[in-house]
Amino acid sequence: MISENNANLRFDLQVIASWIEPGSRVIGLGCGEGELLHYLKKHKNIRETGVEIMEERVATCIAKGLTVIQGDISEEIADYADNTFDYVILSQTLQQVYQPLELIHEMMRIGRQVIVSFPNFGHWHIRGQVLFRGIAPVTPQLPYQWYDTPNIRILSIRDFREFSRRVNFRIIREVAIDSDNRNRFGKITRFLPNLRATYGIFLISRK
Amino acid sequence: MSEYITHDMTGNTVGKVEKKFFTFAEPPNEMILDSKAKLGPITIAYETYGTLDKNRDNVVLVLHALTGDSHAAGYYSENDDKPGWWDNMIGPGKGIDTDKYFVVCANVLGGCMGSTGPMSVNPKTGRPYGMSFPFVTIADMVRTQKALLDHLGIDKLLSLIGGSMGGMQVLQWAIQYPEMVRSAIPLATTMRHSALGIAFNEVARQAIVADPNWNNGDYYEGKKPDMGLSVARMIGHITYLSDEAMRRKFGRRLQDKEDFSFNFEADFQVESYLRYQGAKFVERFDANSFLYITKAADYFDLARQDTSGSGIQVFSRSKARYLVVSFTSDWLYPTYQSRDMVKAIKKSGLDVSFCEIEAEWGHDAFLLSSERLTNLVKGFLESVYNDIRK
Repeated sequence: MISENNANLRFDLQVIASWIEPGSRVIGLGCGEGELLHYLKKHKNIRETGVEIMEERVATCIAKGLTVIQGDISEEIADYADNTFDYVILSQTLQQVYQPLELIHEMMRIGRQVIVSFPNFGHWHIRGQVLFRGIAPVTPQLPYQWYDTPNIRILSIRDFREFSRRVNFRIIREVAIDSDNRNRFGKITRFLPNLRATYGIFLISRK
Repeated sequence: MSEYITHDMTGNTVGKVEKKFFTFAEPPNEMILDSKAKLGPITIAYETYGTLDKNRDNVVLVLHALTGDSHAAGYYSENDDKPGWWDNMIGPGKGIDTDKYFVVCANVLGGCMGSTGPMSVNPKTGRPYGMSFPFVTIADMVRTQKALLDHLGIDKLLSLIGGSMGGMQVLQWAIQYPEMVRSAIPLATTMRHSALGIAFNEVARQAIVADPNWNNGDYYEGKKPDMGLSVARMIGHITYLSDEAMRRKFGRRLQDKEDFSFNFEADFQVESYLRYQGAKFVERFDANSFLYITKAADYFDLARQDTSGSGIQVFSRSKARYLVVSFTSDWLYPTYQSRDMVKAIKKSGLDVSFCEIEAEWGHDAFLLSSERLTNLVKGFLESVYNDIRK
């Protein structure tokens, strides 16, 4: 899965990159500075689009030669026709979305396959802080205090599986990983993922 | 656009440049304009910077705004006190890198900086056209630029770039000659001129027409309508700035005085600035050209050029990649107009990048030296350039 040329990519992005078929049409929602899209464009010859709200990040992406639109993902996504993309990627952004249900539906409308990754709030470190110290959790993956966090949705890997049954979408692949937010190294967590993994990554599609 | 031209302190420049001329559409092969009128011969003044590749695929066409000209970069002579109007963007190693690209910039049809316009002599009468000059449109301007490129042996454009009315020409090019355009960079512009834009232009035109020296456009042998044209320019300058820019630049500061003069001299710095800009402008610009060119901008409505009237339909003729840029404090071509454009391009299935640059200087921001804008343009052009070499 992890080849030599993706070793500079953050670990969770390496996992996502390994799922993308070469030559596909990919949209990255909340694409940040375009690390993943840039990698995929260079190594997998994808046709990319990114959406990002921060001017500085958008400018960084465009300066790298990526096609990126500055805007709000919930608004920008509405302009695309059904099945425009092979993959729609929402990387570590779901926990910050106001209307996740609508967004998931929209993502599955414009793309054949959807990749969602999010920090796992079921991790033992978080559980421990709430249970033993009685405080809102602060971890390397979720470094914010309760008053300045952009993360308004608290979900775990188990929650997302439950969500798939309720909203009725298909989970094609799922990987739980233990990795730092900025880390190039990490490992896949197979044993007790909801307790031991820091991130969940899902490949989903319409049923 | 304003005159912000300053020397590049880095000394980085395309160096000495020369204005050239190309004449075509000699009778009886006159060009037929959108208005159905025939015009010919037509002369287009242009400049080029950089070197044309053997494959002729490194061409960037720069389109100027309302009162610009073909002199986009470099100096005419060693004693020249000012470089071209976009010297901060065009040059070796700059946003539009003349070490890599062959840059062409032409004065618009209807202009007064060397291209055929109302002050040109009508060969049929031996006198300046004046009000007998036919109405021109953005599409007509683009037709003359196409003729120039044919003459230069260029049949593909790596990119087109321009702000304001230059941006209108960029968009027009992309849908009028889609096979020629690989990419397009419309800056601080719109798919259709707004009521606000038309309103300011109309007030400016009325100022010229109301000047007794205007004499129905026939003033080339007598006194020129300088008062009217300078008022028109003053109005323009207000629209190029912003509330914030004026507050920062002038506030309520007085010009060379401690107290009010209690007369109609320029008390405030902002008044003095506008008067100065107006007076400077009349030295270099023709009032009739101003009338014709502003009308061309007012007529611009890209979607109207498709029977469906749909922006999506009209863009679907194009094959280009786009980079759209707007500026937060631009109230002449506000960001929502760029967003409308981006939406139409997106829905037509083309690749488009969009960035709204935080800038306090209003519409003029596109002309000012900005690292952000430079990097956007540079990165985008490189990516298009690399794509054709894949």
